Amino acid sequence: MSALPKRRQDATEARLTNLRLPVSGGWTLPAREDALTRLGAMGLPQRRDEYWRFTDPAAFNAVEVAEAEPFQNDDETPLFNELKPIEITFVDGVLDPQARDDLRHEGLQVAFLSSAVETDIHWARKVFGRLEAAGQVPVPRPFATLNTAFATDGLLIRATKPVARPVAIRYVHRDSRSDAILHHVVRVDEGASLTLLETGPAAARLNTVMESDIADNATFHHVRDQGRTHLRQAVTSVFARIGRDATYKSFTMTANGVLTRNEHVVEMLGDDSVAHVAGIAIGDGRTGRFHHDDTVFVTHDALRCESRQVFKKVLKNGAVGVFQGKILVKDGAQKTDGYQISQSLLLDEDSQFLAKPELEIYADDVACSHGSTTGAIDETALYYLRSRGIPERDATDLLVLAFLAEALEEVDDPVMAEALQDRLAGWLARHAG
Amino acid sequence: MTQTTLAPEVKEGVDQQTVDAVAQLSGAYKHGWNTEIEMDFAPKGLTEDIVRLISEKNGEPEWMLDWRLEAFRRWQKLDEPDWSMLKYAPVDYQEQYYYAKPASMAVKPKSLDDVDPKLLETYKKLGIPLKEQMVLAGVEGAAASPADGASQGRKVAVDAVFDSVSVGTTFQKELAAAGVIFCSISEAIREHPELVRKYLGSVVPVSDNYFATLNSAVFSDGSFVYIPKGTRCPMELSTYFRINAENTGQFERTLIIADEQSYVSYLEGCTAPMRDTNQLHAAVVEIVALDDAEVKYSTVQNWYPGDENGKGGIYNFVTKRADCRGDRSKVSWTQVETGSALTWKYPSCILRGDDSQGEFYSIAITNNWQQADTGTKMIHLGKRTRSRIVSKGISAGHAQNTYRGLVSMHPKAKDSRNYTQCDSLLIGSTCGAHTVPYIEVRNNSSRVEHEATTSKVDDDQIFYCRSRGMDEEEAVALVVNGFCREVLQALPMEFAMEAQQLVAISLEGSVG
Repeated sequence: MSALPKRRQDATEARLTNLRLPVSGGWTLPAREDALTRLGAMGLPQRRDEYWRFTDPAAFNAVEVAEAEPFQNDDETPLFNELKPIEITFVDGVLDPQARDDLRHEGLQVAFLSSAVETDIHWARKVFGRLEAAGQVPVPRPFATLNTAFATDGLLIRATKPVARPVAIRYVHRDSRSDAILHHVVRVDEGASLTLLETGPAAARLNTVMESDIADNATFHHVRDQGRTHLRQAVTSVFARIGRDATYKSFTMTANGVLTRNEHVVEMLGDDSVAHVAGIAIGDGRTGRFHHDDTVFVTHDALRCESRQVFKKVLKNGAVGVFQGKILVKDGAQKTDGYQISQSLLLDEDSQFLAKPELEIYADDVACSHGSTTGAIDETALYYLRSRGIPERDATDLLVLAFLAEALEEVDDPVMAEALQDRLAGWLARHAG
Repeated sequence: MTQTTLAPEVKEGVDQQTVDAVAQLSGAYKHGWNTEIEMDFAPKGLTEDIVRLISEKNGEPEWMLDWRLEAFRRWQKLDEPDWSMLKYAPVDYQEQYYYAKPASMAVKPKSLDDVDPKLLETYKKLGIPLKEQMVLAGVEGAAASPADGASQGRKVAVDAVFDSVSVGTTFQKELAAAGVIFCSISEAIREHPELVRKYLGSVVPVSDNYFATLNSAVFSDGSFVYIPKGTRCPMELSTYFRINAENTGQFERTLIIADEQSYVSYLEGCTAPMRDTNQLHAAVVEIVALDDAEVKYSTVQNWYPGDENGKGGIYNFVTKRADCRGDRSKVSWTQVETGSALTWKYPSCILRGDDSQGEFYSIAITNNWQQADTGTKMIHLGKRTRSRIVSKGISAGHAQNTYRGLVSMHPKAKDSRNYTQCDSLLIGSTCGAHTVPYIEVRNNSSRVEHEATTSKVDDDQIFYCRSRGMDEEEAVALVVNGFCREVLQALPMEFAMEAQQLVAISLEGSVG
């Protein structure tokens, strides 16, 4: 660790004081020890790091967790209930054995990181910590590395065939000082398909990693909603490795949280694969602050792959939205179709949008584009709606929902899309004015 | 010389003309010859003594020397920036000459007639008219058809900089009659210290960045322009930079002040001989535009780019910035970047005055092993400020071409606008094109739009043209041509000719 600048080294050492590698780590131990070594070499991020230009990582580095009162009066029915998913619940990062469905289902294997280590050989061994380590280039993602080393639990989920019912992870937040580190591993075998849902705020401070290994011809859909605890802080890292003719779609909705950093690292390694990463963030800074950061890195390393990044943000009362996105087309990844759009609607003078949408292209026969726009609500459209007798508030909400529609279209399942749309409408109703 | 190392197969949709034109650009660097002339060098390397020597050679006052020394001391503590996408072996700053002056310039010639004929010949060969009866009408065409230009009555005043010194400035008398000051910066420091002191370093401070700090310490010459209040500069002004001596860095400093309601169009050109070693060029350009002033700054950068194996070429580290201090002021940067082994250049605008405007039009062409990391910064501080960025990058061979830009809307920059368009064209599969924009919007009444593509021509536009009866080829030609012209048309006439010859690239059917 001696090569690190002092401040970075001190911050890293301080953060590690109270963390211990699990005593009975089993087969995860080599990966965890490797992660700890790597973390020592890279150190935790600092405010002046280019990669953290728009988001201060201090809260994630802090030894003490800032207090976050759990959200109590949830008047909404649990999201995606109507899909009757197979449910697994974590309370403040700890598995709740009572609130757990029967996990036996055709084509589905589910285990837990905390107990699977008792098995000598486990399929997840080939994925755990591997995708995270591979995703450290060209910029380090130290919080994911810290997670690999110290994760207390997580789901090891494998689909060997098309799995009919979605699997849902419910994150319940009860303790105002909880600090959860969860690490999920997903493997979708050749020809298999899986839908994984994540809902809820999880903890006062949450660090999750999801490593998804998607084989040839496989399909993986991932939809998450980050819950209603306003004061919570979350840093999440999703790593996906995608095979030939495979499909990967991930969608995230964030409507609360003082601080969120969602990182996505997608590697397209097989020809003709498809990867879509999308997100909606609607934030109100009135109840403290709202800072939401989407950082996405998509690498094309195969022929004829399609990628889409669609991120929309609606911000008010001093809310801050960040988008850092990159499409990297490697030498030889011809016929790539890459698309990236980041847009934000600022509902008042105090809100901010900060973006760095990048393209890095080393192949000549590609179609890559990115767009980024920021502005206020369109006065002409508002006037038009009002002239048709729609009250200003409703008209504004309509325009906001219309603005968000392109991102919501990334959710294939109409039932899910509608459930998310209802949530957005509910949020707008609660945050009027 | 062998032709370029383009990929053997030409991709469908890129026409052969485009490929040939790009190949020709690198295959035949036309200005690679060298002038055999006796030079006075300062000792190699960079020390405080060298800084003192440069100041002394220029006959500078004490305050200027102090300014340089402060910069030098600061520079010694700085690290070279590494955030660009440029990859190069570390520059040994002690292996460069920081001052090289033709021996014949030891005593400054009284007029251009007294200048060493070899120097005059150099500029003549480059097509740069140092005789006032000649005019600049495109670098290639000047010698051939001066009469045409003259008959149109277009005059261009030229300040010719050879290695570390200004050789001469034309039309000074005529400009003086209009109240315009156009001279070398060394002359300005002596003759107009009050203006220089007031504005030098006020846009690009000594502490700005590594290369600007280096420049502040060792700049040897450059141009100075002052356009008085209410004056429209009667002719275009131009500076032509020539690096000739081996292992010599060129560090010029340009300062342009456009007083209230004034207008000036300024052109800059540059070339260098072919040499196997890399040469350093670290310039600073500062522009100040007061109320209602307008400055149009155009560059055709054609430094030696290195050979087809990436040997030699200029390292071009340039800081250019305009401060639109006055309300309704406007600065427009137009650049055609075809030369240099490395380009590190971000002409920027600080839009401080209300209703001020900034523009950036750029074509960057890289071939062989050239690397360009270039773009702009538009800092919106005033109300209703507007900026427009149009950048075209063309990359071939093993070249890497990066657009890097910042658009920043500050909280008080209400009702401001930015539009950014970056397009990249790759020819061959061994080159790269990259886009790194930063967008920071801190108020909601401003609108910021950024688009970038590395793609074929927009299908909707083609469809529209085709629905009007054009065939595919014509439609593509129309759309792409119209697009590239956006940048070329922003150039003044005199440069448009040179730029077109340099670019000479028919993009028809080639945006791939």
